[in-house]
Amino acid sequence: MDILNALVAFLNFVFVPGLAYGAQLALGALGVTLIYGILRFSNFAHGDTMAFGTMVTILGTWGLQAAGVSAGPLPTALLALPLGIAVTAALVLGTDRAVYRFYRRQKAAPTILVIVSLGVMFVMNGIVRFIIGVEEIGFTDGERFLITAGDFRNMTGLSEGLAIRTTQAITVVTAVIVVAALFWFLNRTRTGKSMRAFSDNEDLALLSGINPERVVAVTWILAAALATTAGVLYGLDKSFKAFTYFQLLLPIFASAIVGGLGSPIGAIAGGFVIAFSEVTVTYAWKKVATYLLPDALAPDGLVQLMSTDYKFAVSFAILIIVLLFMPTGLFKGKSV
Amino acid sequence: MKKLLLAGTATVALAGAASAQDVKLGIILGFTGPLESITPSMAAGAELAVNEVNAAGTLLDGAQVTVVRADSTCVDAAAATAAAERLVTSDKVQGIMGADCSGVTGAVLQNVARPNGVVMISPSATSPALSEAEDDGLFFRTAPSDARQGEVIAEILQERGMGSVAITYTNNDYGKGLADSIQAAFEKAGGTVTISAAHEDGKADYSAEVAALAAAGGDMLVVAGYVDQGGKGVIQGALDTGAFETFFLPDGMYGDSLVQAIGSSLDGSFGTVPGTDSEGATKILDMAKEAGFDGTSSYVGESYDAASLILLAMQAAGSSAPADYKAKIEEVANAPGEKIYPGDLAKAIELLKAGTDIDYVGATSVELIGPGESAGSFREYTVKDGQFVTDRFR
Repeated sequence: MDILNALVAFLNFVFVPGLAYGAQLALGALGVTLIYGILRFSNFAHGDTMAFGTMVTILGTWGLQAAGVSAGPLPTALLALPLGIAVTAALVLGTDRAVYRFYRRQKAAPTILVIVSLGVMFVMNGIVRFIIGVEEIGFTDGERFLITAGDFRNMTGLSEGLAIRTTQAITVVTAVIVVAALFWFLNRTRTGKSMRAFSDNEDLALLSGINPERVVAVTWILAAALATTAGVLYGLDKSFKAFTYFQLLLPIFASAIVGGLGSPIGAIAGGFVIAFSEVTVTYAWKKVATYLLPDALAPDGLVQLMSTDYKFAVSFAILIIVLLFMPTGLFKGKSV
Repeated sequence: MKKLLLAGTATVALAGAASAQDVKLGIILGFTGPLESITPSMAAGAELAVNEVNAAGTLLDGAQVTVVRADSTCVDAAAATAAAERLVTSDKVQGIMGADCSGVTGAVLQNVARPNGVVMISPSATSPALSEAEDDGLFFRTAPSDARQGEVIAEILQERGMGSVAITYTNNDYGKGLADSIQAAFEKAGGTVTISAAHEDGKADYSAEVAALAAAGGDMLVVAGYVDQGGKGVIQGALDTGAFETFFLPDGMYGDSLVQAIGSSLDGSFGTVPGTDSEGATKILDMAKEAGFDGTSSYVGESYDAASLILLAMQAAGSSAPADYKAKIEEVANAPGEKIYPGDLAKAIELLKAGTDIDYVGATSVELIGPGESAGSFREYTVKDGQFVTDRFR
């Protein structure tokens, strides 16, 4: 029996990585859900908006590093983040003006808008690759760890280590701040309220004198800010690669749908459900069980429910089960 | 009118025959995809051989060799097949240097090379499954099968006192084949494999894989993956969480980008990469340096050898038609005969013209065994201070 070691092993390999990954997915899913709630289509270009925002931030980071500016123990990229958000917001507003507005005026069906966003996705995909290339780019600087596995072992005398990377802590803290700010904005400010009104009932909102173009513009700016923040946090925690950001689209959409499209709370819950389901269901409990059980009962096998090959099957099985029994997702979003 | 048409066609046919002197060589490698960081050097290696032959200008009584590059993508069999199809039917190449990854190589072999009767020499497809593939005598490889690499790796693990290892592999023909052969050889030698788990390339997060590997434990982690892809992600995750400290890095994980990305934590890890200490290996390095690319990158020598073998076999057969020269490849590659090293291609052509037998040694000590694959020699290396230091050759 060694409850402490078991707990630390669980925290180190399941909880901490899952929490950081979940926060990244939640921020991505929030952007998707906002667009769906207010503009009423699934924005396939979201993953590449994240890539674009991260790219601008990386360029800004390089500029700052060249100028000798740094944020001390924190990554320099955090200083460049506002620049990334501003440029990305300009890009999506431009895209809206050039592409989406036309279809909005036509009152195009959501399916058409989805395909349009697919086209936008490919264009953004190309822009990012043209500017920064296809290679993997690491842009994390500053202190890498809050605490390393080795230090933790020495400090506590336990045989298991607990590593917490600076980027994981930053990810979770930033996600909390961003989410709190977003909820305050949506619930307390006039613009936020008009956005919610527009989302609930477009015609009624128009009748009460809400300016639709303004609502749309604010939505895009928020989506750009969320996408860039999520992308930069993900890139800091892992690394930047245009292709991986495109692949991120899948778990992000799964999160948004599980939580309920259009529901901000749902997006956050969905992000964590998907992240933890990927890590926990395929986790080999051997180490934890060996610590917890008496020696005689210690397992020989891996005590793994299913192989890690199936981690995506797990998140999609959850997605299907949720849609079967709660078609609008866990938090009563709009039905898909 | 009919006569005019006939005359016209005849002239065109003649014109075609006149320029058929020239030889076209297809190079199909994954210029995009998981191997995109090493394929440019591989192609440059093959083109070294082509340039050498062109500079001599004596191949098949003055034929010039042109190279046509195509993208195998490494992972997308359909895209690779389409690209190879274009090489054969539209560019009309008489031989293919490639493909690189085992999965696409098998696809190109079955879908394009065999139906069209074109010779293929892969410099880097190492899946044991390709040894048994039907090939009509058209397929060769200058890289050894992973069954051999598995034995060598098991030997090294034993020698370095590793009693138990965890294995993670990229989920494709290459990764699975290598992981299986390592496991079989290592267990036969008395070692324990605690877990052999796949990872997918290009994914967002590897926490789940790292967690499972850590739970299984072991003296070290064998990473049969790719340097630009999931392999790197798993190593980073394992280091960050303190799950493993040393890693075994087989050929797919050999690359400077790994050291750059991971940094000093990688010191002490070791691995194997196909390589030899023969005279040819140093020659190719000098030639690569002169041509302005990195000769130490994976499979540069194998690529040079693959291209050379095709061209020399053509000379031996006195024809650039695959059906004529395919039988000559093993003859040119193997003993007996005068030994041919990189840079000696002009001499080799002269010898073949004079009817002398040659033994192509090349950059990687090529000796084709079994179904036309290199017996292979491996370089064992350790990472020290961010450098790959060669320990020995075996």
